Amino acid sequence: MSGTLVAGWLSLAAARIAAERAYLTELDAAIGDGDHGINLHRGFRTLEARLAADAAEPDAPGPLLVLAGRAITGTVGGASGALYGRALMRAGAALEARSSDRPAGPGQLVAVFWAAVDGVATLGRSRPGEKTMLDALIPAAIAFEAAGAAEADLATATRRAADAAEAGALQTLPLVATKGRASYLGERSAGHLDPGAVSSALILRALADVAAERA
Amino acid sequence: MKKLINTPEREVDEALAGMAAAHPDLIRVEEPNIIVRKDAPRKGKVGVISGGGSGHEPMHGGFVGLGMLDAACPGAVFTSPVPEQMLAATKAVNGGAGVLHIVKNYTGDIMNFEIAAEMAQAEGIEVASVVIADDVAVKDSLYTAGRRGVGGTVLAEKIVGAAAEAGADLKTVTALCQKVQDNVRSMGMALTSCTVPAAGKPTFDISDDEMEIGIGIHGEPGRRREALKPADEIVEMLVTPILEEGIFASGDRVLAFVNGMGGTPLIELYVAYRKVNEILTGRGITIARNLVGSYITSLEMAGLSITLLKLDDELLRYWDAPVKTPALRWGV
Repeated sequence: MSGTLVAGWLSLAAARIAAERAYLTELDAAIGDGDHGINLHRGFRTLEARLAADAAEPDAPGPLLVLAGRAITGTVGGASGALYGRALMRAGAALEARSSDRPAGPGQLVAVFWAAVDGVATLGRSRPGEKTMLDALIPAAIAFEAAGAAEADLATATRRAADAAEAGALQTLPLVATKGRASYLGERSAGHLDPGAVSSALILRALADVAAERA
Repeated sequence: MKKLINTPEREVDEALAGMAAAHPDLIRVEEPNIIVRKDAPRKGKVGVISGGGSGHEPMHGGFVGLGMLDAACPGAVFTSPVPEQMLAATKAVNGGAGVLHIVKNYTGDIMNFEIAAEMAQAEGIEVASVVIADDVAVKDSLYTAGRRGVGGTVLAEKIVGAAAEAGADLKTVTALCQKVQDNVRSMGMALTSCTVPAAGKPTFDISDDEMEIGIGIHGEPGRRREALKPADEIVEMLVTPILEEGIFASGDRVLAFVNGMGGTPLIELYVAYRKVNEILTGRGITIARNLVGSYITSLEMAGLSITLLKLDDELLRYWDAPVKTPALRWGV
């Protein structure tokens, strides 16, 4: 994973969020407070501007992810800003901690992926099955780890992770939320997709598409 | 959507600029969007800050001033503020005696305040946090994010702010805030939904003959939907679960707070207060103090919340202490 791939990913994620912001907001209006797409769009738009302005060190993916995490934490607000920001910062820190200067392949990125997902689980004090982002992120991390173990290339590993995230997001439909604002609805939260799981899958799909393009 | 705004993107910034222009004797507005008491930091005084999404005005910015908050951090509408705001506010009010964060129990607020507290502590500022979670409409924290922080927050900010003003230390102020939390309970309802400006349409649909019982303050749906009832029956529905909490007993003195959600006229709040008074009097509970008006709102939502706080001499003394803020003023 190179710095240009990270920059391309974040930029595509910003475009996908911009395109889907009304849909994400609609999902959130059903079981939350109707601002998920708006908030993510605000944050990723700012992030894109910052990436464009700060083109330094394009080949250092770790610092870039940390910078992205800070920008998201500082602009999105709400739980999603804190959680996505934490995920990106943890991923960046884990990448920086690697000893090698060569771009990491899927095998080496497994720990980075899990560091991001663990960051979300810890800050959110949550686990899978609670109708949250983790219902997309944990299956994605498991799929990514399996692909890494099978020595798949980055495009394949990220595609499998995105597939698993999308499947996981769809599986939030019947779940009763026990975390976040949707939990106040109790049984009434069933029958709706979790907006955070859907946006997580969307962001991972952007990563897979950029990795495929550059493979 | 019909709103008195210029653009949704600029609404919060323009409202803050308006507040700064209206109340230069009480507050100042600083980057990154924080409202700070004009004379902060005050040396040796515990700083008290709070924050949350915008759209609940006058909370929290309207409560910055003498005897209440030292700073407030407004986020985007219905969205928690970001850690750099709480960090900046903490530094702006730190007079060397530590800073208390009063946090409403919402997932985003909890996470962002937690990150900010870690950052402030890393810079050597002593920070304590108390979470307000007074909404009895949310039953069980095993299956939910836990009770929401609603009307009790206003009372906590007033009482704790008075104690900090009187020179109480961080430990005392923190314990007092927890005492308010332990003795306050609320429940709310909505007649209409509200529209987040950036979303452009109502957060939920509700017909003219329906009401939503057990709502929070973000236009999120409540516990249940039912047919609209007369005011007296609605008040019964809200007060009964509060009294069932086991906190309030015959012979107690309470503060009764009847709060409008933003779109409810005062005349209706007094109709409701009349019934609250009747119910409590019937139970042998004395309303020693009251607050009637719209102090913690949900944009233009019509509806109300009822909050009861059990009082003792200490809470009563701090409630009565002087306060001078944009939204609450007495004794000065």
